[in-house]
Order: sequence, then structure tokens, then C-alpha cells
Amino acid sequence: MSDHPSHDPLIIAGREFRSRLWVGTGKYKNFEETRQAIEASGADVVTVAVRRVNITDKNSENLLDYIDPKKYTILPNTAGCYTVEDAVRYSRLARAAGVSDLVKLEVIGDERTLFPDTAGLIEAAKILIAEGFIVLPYTNDDPIVAKKLMDIGCPAVMPLAAPIGSGLGIRNPYNLKIIMETVKVPVIVDAGVGTASDAALAMEYGADAVLMNTAIAGAKDPIMMATAMRYAVDAGRLAYKAGRIPRKLYATASSPIEGML
Amino acid sequence: MQIIVNGESQERDYPLTVTSLLESLDLRSEQVAVEVNLKILDRSDFEIWNLEEGDKIEILSFIGGGSQQPRHR
Repeated sequence: MSDHPSHDPLIIAGREFRSRLWVGTGKYKNFEETRQAIEASGADVVTVAVRRVNITDKNSENLLDYIDPKKYTILPNTAGCYTVEDAVRYSRLARAAGVSDLVKLEVIGDERTLFPDTAGLIEAAKILIAEGFIVLPYTNDDPIVAKKLMDIGCPAVMPLAAPIGSGLGIRNPYNLKIIMETVKVPVIVDAGVGTASDAALAMEYGADAVLMNTAIAGAKDPIMMATAMRYAVDAGRLAYKAGRIPRKLYATASSPIEGML
Repeated sequence: MQIIVNGESQERDYPLTVTSLLESLDLRSEQVAVEVNLKILDRSDFEIWNLEEGDKIEILSFIGGGSQQPRHR
């Protein structure tokens, strides 16, 4: 088996992505560790935040010196935005700072849970889509909201598995499954993954991709965990496509009875 | 003239284009977004855009980020 199941690209808004593992670039010790972890993950989409540059320290390095935008699809997020206005402003700034119309839209509703403000999310998405943005919304595990996001023109939806950075894994697999059955666009499970089995499960349920940051960056060995996540996502995807056996209460012999003495 | 760059008041000689401001800060124009008085500039305008007394300039770029991180207080 190759590192990536061959010819199984993820297609969003006409763009083809090789890896079904997307990764964030926050919380690493330094840019070099970020670079190595991303490389180990095999991801071709990396999320970034948009912030003021440090104008007092002229030696401060730029993330893009380590993450080559020619090699990776840079997906700016609107992390830290609690209002529609802020999310729209940061999206526009991200487009001005980068080269594409892609944005991972976050409108956060609450500081403790960091759950999305889904009403604000839909409102901001409508504004941005009208301006030509390709909006990938970070949303709750709510099938109705996911469908609304699809209906207004989001080419993928990104429901959470659990609160951001919580590492709790998939809290509501049934809702995620309903989302996957309801929407006709790719579903990228975003946030809450703790370890490799969580990522594999998400893919086995039928997710089109998984996005994570803390589970890798916060691990004792981020580079090793990035590798683990890469295998987990590939394994989960293959298992999903291969089709698991049904669960049965009692045993079914796998060795034939015939020929026994 | 007095301008405010990323919240910091600076004394600068007039005229000053956005391109010259970025150069003086050792910033590469292809790595940043510039907002002047809440208006986001096209990169192609950096060279011709003259900054004025009292302008509020925000210079932003991409940093490491996954999802929302708690706000620092």
C-alpha cells in the first residue's frame, strides 16, 4: 500500500486535494517544528490565522518562509472572531494577504466552549459567498445547520467532533453520520480529535477529511503523532471504502466445519 | 506627519507610499495585507498609495493557527 490510497482525491469547489488529513499550524514550539510536523502528516492543506505583524522586531520570521504556498494550499481561518463583522473583515484581509478566495470561516459563540455561533456563521457565509469567497465553515454537529450552509453555497462543511483543543474525540457520531447522509458536499470533521483512533473513526464513519491542530501540536512528539494521524486517516478511509462487516451478537465461525474428525 | 501603524504612533516624512512604509519595516509586500483607515488595499495599489497625516494603518500576515484559541486577557 502506498502512503496515500491512490486516485482517491478529495475534490472541493473544483480543487483537488491529495491528502484527507488537513492540519493547523498553531501551538508548535517553533516554525521548524511546524514544518516537520506538516511534512510528516502528508497534508496538503494547512490552516493559518491572520494577525498583525510584529513591526518592532524586524528579525521576526514569517510562517510562509517555512510553509511554501506553492507546495501547500494555505487556508486562512477567522479564528478569534466573535461577530459577523469581524469574521467578514478578517476574511477580506486574508484574501488580501494571500492568493486565493479560500477561507475557513469561524464565528465563535462562546469563550468557554468555543462552539460556533451558527446563526452568525450562516450570515457571514452569505456575505462572503456573494463576494466570491470559497467558504469552508467551521460548524456545530447539527445536520440542519450543515444543510443550510450547503444550500447557501458552501462547497464543504466542517462540523466539530468535540470542542476545539479538547481532545475528547467524536462526541456525537450519530449526528455526524446524519450530516454525511444529508449534505451533498464533502464533510470535513474539524476540531476535537485527540488521538489516531479518533481520526480513523471519523473516516470510517464516512467523513471526507479530518482537520486537526492540537492533537498533533500538543502531543509529546508532534512529528510522530503527525505520522500516526496520516496512517489513521488513510486506514479509516480505506476501511470505509472497503465496507465493514455487520455487527452480530453471536460468533460466526471463520474456519469450515467440513472435514473435521 | 504622524501615522498609526498597528496601533503604534509613528513620526514619518511626507510623502510616504505604502510600499516605502513596508520597505522601512523590512516587510515583503507579497506576505502582508494592508488596511488604511479600515479600507483594505489592493497589493497593486501599494506603490501609488500615499499615506496621510493621522492615517491608521494595519499590517497583517499569516501566523500559525488551527482553530480558535482562547483570547488572551
